[in-house]
Amino acid sequence: MEKRTFEPPVIKRLNAGMPSKFGMTPRIEPMPEVEGLKVSELLKEFGSPLYVLSERTLRNTYRDAYQAFSTRYPKVQLAWSYKTNYLAAVCNAFHQEGAWAEVVSGFEYHKALKNGVPPQYIIFNGPSKTYEDLLLATRNGSLIHIDHFDELYMLLEVSDEAGTKPKVAIRVNMDTGIYPRWDRFGFNYDNGEAWEAINRIMLSGKMDLAGLHTHIGTYILTPQAYRIAASKLADLAVNTERKYGHVIRYIDMGGGFASKNTLKGAYVPGTDSAPSFDDYADAITGALVNSAIKPEHLPLLILETGRALIDDAGYLLGTVIANKRLASGRRALITDVGVNLLFTSFWYEHQIVPAENSSQHTEDTTIYGPLCMNIDVLRAAIDFPLLKKGDTFVIKRIGAYNMTQWLQFIEYRPNVLMIDTDGKPHIIRKREDLDYMTRQEVLPEHLKNAGL
Amino acid sequence: MRLKKNIAISDSGFLFDPSTGESFTVNETAQEILKLLKEGKDYDEIAGHITSLYDIDRAGFERYYQDFLEMLNHYHLIDHAG
Repeated sequence: MEKRTFEPPVIKRLNAGMPSKFGMTPRIEPMPEVEGLKVSELLKEFGSPLYVLSERTLRNTYRDAYQAFSTRYPKVQLAWSYKTNYLAAVCNAFHQEGAWAEVVSGFEYHKALKNGVPPQYIIFNGPSKTYEDLLLATRNGSLIHIDHFDELYMLLEVSDEAGTKPKVAIRVNMDTGIYPRWDRFGFNYDNGEAWEAINRIMLSGKMDLAGLHTHIGTYILTPQAYRIAASKLADLAVNTERKYGHVIRYIDMGGGFASKNTLKGAYVPGTDSAPSFDDYADAITGALVNSAIKPEHLPLLILETGRALIDDAGYLLGTVIANKRLASGRRALITDVGVNLLFTSFWYEHQIVPAENSSQHTEDTTIYGPLCMNIDVLRAAIDFPLLKKGDTFVIKRIGAYNMTQWLQFIEYRPNVLMIDTDGKPHIIRKREDLDYMTRQEVLPEHLKNAGL
Repeated sequence: MRLKKNIAISDSGFLFDPSTGESFTVNETAQEILKLLKEGKDYDEIAGHITSLYDIDRAGFERYYQDFLEMLNHYHLIDHAG
């Protein structure tokens, strides 16, 4: 007789009559395969934990986003936000789809060049650019987005040395009716600072004011905020043309579109609350089309959305190391995926599902990572099936920021796999090892051995 | 170690403790163990029965069994006097 699959025994108290603002707990569906490949086989071949990226999802999401905007507005350009995920394979998949590069540091700028992006298709954002960065970007004809007056004046010097006009935009912050109001990046619209920056650029005669840029925030759940932002940038463009006869060639609405992940403390899951690309596109393109910009001078619309383009394409596969019973009676699961690999677990309630079938029985569980640190909590409280040591699981929607903000801490970072559109797996970043970890260290002669 | 005598367990996995009025649900494995505990079986007999039915060895089972007993204790379902 074939033996039945063992599930750890569990007893769960029923809280009849307890009101729940969250409604019924949904049945947790297991995820035995990613892109047609078995999770257990992938972990066996490439080790656990394992990042997996779906090239198909990545490309399809890009096309959805582009279509939402291009069906509403004549000139649309997406620029891949490098900081969201700058693994070369990811960047080049987006570049092949037509995305330019949006970078925020000298390192990212050089990475975009190394990836083969023509320099005129690199947007250089961010508050920290060195004189050398600006000189190179100016000579290359890249688009430089000015963040503050110190940078503006440094660019005037750069312009003299380069003997050519830098192509620039100013970064504009503003009140769009949402909280928190980001006023850290760029020049403020509402107090007139942005208009002053435009005047200084135009009167200097040393820069080519190609565009206007804003980045109103992150995980914006209100498309209306983008409508307000686009209207304010359009006003600046109209005023610039009226005063100087100079046409603003592009308006860059930055990023900040929400993904379908659920923020901590949210009442409804992100899958229900995140606006679609169509919602954002409707707000932004509506504002530009209805603005006072002359139809023949409608600017190119640039978007730098990162999170919403790649979150869904990423999975993190892991294995249960141990079960524990906390003093409170709550079950604890120790896994090999920690906050070092899942930085976004600090602000998301990530969806975690078992890889294999389990019964409908669940237990209130805290899921920990492997780090010897109290903060290493993936989910503080989740109704979770009764996984045993060695069982595997999948964390969904982890494509954004985790492969850039990951921490080199205590453990090696694992393999990153991309499954191509034919279902073939490729390692796109190799697991770290001791050699990699110590390569940059330099030991003074007197400390060359432990001396014990 | 015995379950409290007056505890009622249904075939569909519901457990009722009349002394506190609390209800619980249990999964299939827990139901099997509770049935054997009610019948007064000892650990060896319980482990033998479960390992013959399910794909788990004795060492593996003991670890989850102990955890389950802790939870029964946590919910005051154990008759300490008995």
